[in-house]
Amino acid sequence: MAAKRAERLVNLVIALLGTRQYVSAAKIRATVPGYEPDDGTERADEAFKRMFERDKAELREIGVPLETGRTSVFDTEDGYRIARTDYELPEITLTGEEAAAVGLALRLWQSAQLAGAAQSALVKLRAAGVDVDQTRGIPIQPRLDAGEPAFEPCYAAARDRRELTFDYRRPDADQASRRRVQPWGVVAWHGRWYLVGHDLDRQAPRVFRLSRVTGTPKASGPAGAFEPPADLDLASVVAGSERREEQLVVVRARPGTAIGLRRHAVPLGPAEDGDDRLELRTTEPWSLADQLAAYGPDVLVEAPQQMREAVVERLTRLAALDGAA
Amino acid sequence: MTAPSTAERMTRLLALVPYLQARPDGVRLADAAADFGVAEAQLRRDLDLLWVCGLPGHGPGDLIDLAFEGDRVRVTFTAGMVRPLRLTTDEAVALIVALRTLLELPGLAEGEAVSRALAKVSAAAGHAAEVRAPVAVSVGAREQSLSVVRDGLERQRALHLHYYVPSRDERTERTVDPMRLLLVDGHWYLEAWCRGAEGVRLFRLDRIDEVAVLDEAAAPPPQAHERDLDDGLYQPGAEAPVVRLRLARTARWVADYYPVEEPTEVSDPPGGLAVAVRTSDLAWARRLVASLGGAATVDEPAELAEQVAAEARAALARYAD
Repeated sequence: MAAKRAERLVNLVIALLGTRQYVSAAKIRATVPGYEPDDGTERADEAFKRMFERDKAELREIGVPLETGRTSVFDTEDGYRIARTDYELPEITLTGEEAAAVGLALRLWQSAQLAGAAQSALVKLRAAGVDVDQTRGIPIQPRLDAGEPAFEPCYAAARDRRELTFDYRRPDADQASRRRVQPWGVVAWHGRWYLVGHDLDRQAPRVFRLSRVTGTPKASGPAGAFEPPADLDLASVVAGSERREEQLVVVRARPGTAIGLRRHAVPLGPAEDGDDRLELRTTEPWSLADQLAAYGPDVLVEAPQQMREAVVERLTRLAALDGAA
Repeated sequence: MTAPSTAERMTRLLALVPYLQARPDGVRLADAAADFGVAEAQLRRDLDLLWVCGLPGHGPGDLIDLAFEGDRVRVTFTAGMVRPLRLTTDEAVALIVALRTLLELPGLAEGEAVSRALAKVSAAAGHAAEVRAPVAVSVGAREQSLSVVRDGLERQRALHLHYYVPSRDERTERTVDPMRLLLVDGHWYLEAWCRGAEGVRLFRLDRIDEVAVLDEAAAPPPQAHERDLDDGLYQPGAEAPVVRLRLARTARWVADYYPVEEPTEVSDPPGGLAVAVRTSDLAWARRLVASLGGAATVDEPAELAEQVAAEARAALARYAD
């Protein structure tokens, strides 16, 4: 940003913070340095108006509560002021331990989408006198998935409660399909990002993996267009959509093999051929079938029958990998 | 979340005078620059700019006044800028969601302190915190070993691990010098110098079966460097042999998860992706291909396809009995 403009904006904030009265645009033009002076020409008036409009928008964008109004009934036009109580961050004092928690927590966003907001929040807390030392303490780098291009538009639409349209490709579909959603929120769940919302075409809540959104989602219509359910818990909506029933699986493993399975298995004692019988529990049977097939001849599925079939199916495909019959 | 340059600088400029006001004894320029996350030269430019700003009239008594003493600076007249600007919704969300996430991760920070910080921050955020957060984070990684590993890091002690290595399907025992904890894609990792392997290794916490803090100082040697996570967790040597795979649609995630070279869309299988993966560990590649259950086929090397297929045939023979 040009230094001239930054200087003008800072002066404008100081001027409007320093008065309880509404200040007219003409007075601002005369007293805040950096504006096109009034030389009586229309060109100068136009230049001032454009510049002032941009400045107002800029200040509102960064969260400055710029009020419009008239101090008395005799005022002929609206003026501007910044109410100090609305502008200023309230008092906040944190103990060393609390400040350390804030510092550690904000590292979560270091490489993720809210990194900019986290940094400016930190700047404001420090300006409020809170000492947040992020260099001390134990070396931890939490990190949310950094490159999710759909995050920003989905987050902004959920924040502003605007309808969202995007193309979504399910893993089992060749083509992406257009979805219209009232976005309730964006969730990082077990390392992956999801959008939760009300699907307007299906008239039901839906969960979308952000990585399967193709192109840039577009928000449309007014802000505040809907209200998410009052008892909404974003994370549990995603967890619910991922939750499946637990299944019991019994396998035989050759002694000394299948260490990875044994870590979470209940041993059921030896089978008649000397193999170890193991009881496994899973909520993701297909992923367990992948894992069991990868153990090759070391592991044999006893039950249930579907798991046996799923593993045999995988092994049959794998047996054909080298092209030999 | 506007364009960073403008908004970021304005936020900083409006915060700088209150920051100095809160520290009446003055601050070292280098410390202030670090607190604002900018270079010292940028901080000086910001201070120079503020020095010519002030109340309307702009007489000598109206301008912000700063006193420089050696490498320190303090403010002597604030022109009414005494408190920072309120938190925006995005800033409040970033703070509150991060603290809530920390609460979800017992063993990392003192839970009471996190709760109190959350309450204070929410109160200070006021209106911005009343908006129901449009973002939530659920890590779901609550490994038992976390608090022990954290303890070792904090006290800078070596750790003894019983660690499960999935690529070889074996349990190992080793002594490591802990360097840092990482949370990546929903999993915790300990980055440490492994004395046995004489190298920096990542240990996924849910694969640690037992861990003990040793009565011995952690001493990673000078050549132990933290890896740059932007390059991904798996960083095979550039010299490692190439394995070429064809991923069917259901196995395309492999390309997101491991560093692959030359990803190429293919029509056989439909919607497939051909990739090259570098690895010097053929056992790892064998396990990866086998665990994909036929959703990946091997273009190269032939011995990899042969080994996987032979294992599968041996397994099928058992089912045929």
